[in-house]
Amino acid sequence: MATQTVHAAAKGSKLSSAGKILASDMKRNYSLYLLMIPVLLFYFIFMYRPMYGAIIAFKDFNPADGIWNSPNVGLDNFRKFWDSMYRNRIFFNTLKISFSTLIFGFPAPIILALLINELRSKIFTKSVQTITYLPHFISLVVVCGMIKDFTTETGIINDIIKVFGGTPTTMLNNPRYFVPIYVISDIWQGIGWGSIIYLAALSGIDAELYEAARIDGAGRWRQTLSITIPSIIPTIITMLLLRVGQMMNIGYEKIILLYNPLTYETADVISSFVYREGLQNFQYSYSTAVGLLNSVINFILVFGANMMSKKFNDTSLW
Amino acid sequence: MASIDRTKGQDIFNIFNVIFMVALMLVTLYPLLYVVFASFSDAGRFLAHSGMLWRPLGFSGLAYERAFQHPSIMSGYGNTIIIVVIGTILSVMVTAIGAYFLSRKNVLFQRPIAFLIMFTMFFSGGLIPTYFVVKNFLGGVLYDSLWALIVPTMVSTYNLVVMRSGFAAIPDSLEESARIDGAGHLTILFKIVLPLAKATVAVIVLYYGVAYWNAWFNASIYINDNAKYPLQLVLRQILLINDTNNMTFGVDAGDQMAISETIKYAVIVIATLPILCVYPFLQKYFVKGVMIGAVKG
Repeated sequence: MATQTVHAAAKGSKLSSAGKILASDMKRNYSLYLLMIPVLLFYFIFMYRPMYGAIIAFKDFNPADGIWNSPNVGLDNFRKFWDSMYRNRIFFNTLKISFSTLIFGFPAPIILALLINELRSKIFTKSVQTITYLPHFISLVVVCGMIKDFTTETGIINDIIKVFGGTPTTMLNNPRYFVPIYVISDIWQGIGWGSIIYLAALSGIDAELYEAARIDGAGRWRQTLSITIPSIIPTIITMLLLRVGQMMNIGYEKIILLYNPLTYETADVISSFVYREGLQNFQYSYSTAVGLLNSVINFILVFGANMMSKKFNDTSLW
Repeated sequence: MASIDRTKGQDIFNIFNVIFMVALMLVTLYPLLYVVFASFSDAGRFLAHSGMLWRPLGFSGLAYERAFQHPSIMSGYGNTIIIVVIGTILSVMVTAIGAYFLSRKNVLFQRPIAFLIMFTMFFSGGLIPTYFVVKNFLGGVLYDSLWALIVPTMVSTYNLVVMRSGFAAIPDSLEESARIDGAGHLTILFKIVLPLAKATVAVIVLYYGVAYWNAWFNASIYINDNAKYPLQLVLRQILLINDTNNMTFGVDAGDQMAISETIKYAVIVIATLPILCVYPFLQKYFVKGVMIGAVKG
């Protein structure tokens, strides 16, 4: 009897054959879908519900009225930001910090990996790796706490500056020092960890290539230029595209741990501005509008980076 | 064999390379050593001292004594341990389910659901709308509760993708034969996939554990009650907002500034030492994680 029903369904319209596929999928995989409920709930509540909530960018949001019932204001919040004095400052600061970390922070782990690769002693190599990976595991709050203590007027960095004839200042209050402090501490914390991926790429190079080059009379410098570097170029491009995709997406955490009103002019980036306007000044709709603008720019950048990666490497980033 | 291409230039390069590496290790380690030396120093002598520190000035455990008296450090430690343990267990389980789902082939809704998950890596609703989900939408359950520090960050899509790559490396034939023996998805996931992907699971456990240990921002916006602060938020209070009043109690006014400096360093040591002690033993898993993440499938 069951077979008859199946046959009848198979003869029926496309709709019922879709129904059959659905039924057999449910029969086979219902337990999997049940298991997926927590995952789906997480994504709907904490990823997609906020996307719906982002419509407050087009409203004058008032928590008492809720998201839907708050009055519509069209693009007013975006216009307000476009006309504000902060527009250029936070875009410029975001780009400046991004470019600085890119120019100084991006090559550093590559150079480190190349140099580690040239080390001969196994134990020494292991020590260099263990020690340079270490700062990655220190929490951001502690790193920023150390930065703050080291850069006060009586801190160790100023003690050293004094020895060379400089005048001690509280460096975190000086807008000129913010970007260098941000970038240098970033390199200190990330150089070793960042080198792992390149070391992995280096260890994958076929030893016969070097053998052949040596027979052809290539010295070590020549081998580095002609074998080592070309071999890790795909990894470098992938990592570079990843970075470029994140260009406008500087996290607020380190910024808000280190900045203060005296350094806003160089330190305030889009995300920290959104945080301050939204959660400290309660300009919910306005800051959501700025955040949404940033999300859209990020989307375009990440998407573009992904396309480029496919083109260069035949691999997509995600 | 090395002797064939050994030239003077290479010897010089090797020497400079080693010198550079030693310098790099010093630059990496010295700030940490400085913190340790300062924390054990006599507060007055440390305040008067200027420049580098190569050993503790005098020897005093007072800063540690004071730091441990701070009520929030102990409660912060407790809260953080609760968050790390419960959060990591939940995160790894839910992520494993998601990764298993994404690595399936014969599941009807696999593609649309995978798209919904991956899309969140490109686009997000942003800080403020997320804040209102936790504060208003689910405020009754989450706001001012330790759950607010776990549930909203329970799944990291990046970790999910890493885990999926790990699962995808398991040969299909093993699952196939289990299915013929009548095993359901639950059995396949827990009895076959997870045990075979032990290394990947270890990596993900560590990633989540470290993330929960280091998190402070959500606590700063979702938690009001000081007694529920995780360690990192307490540290921010002490290290960055300069609140050492709780610990300098009973010290002469003149010495308060001195002792508050060494207390800060002691606090850093107390909060960081556990991680740095276990790190060398776990290093290989972290390194492995970077590798798995690099070959996203």
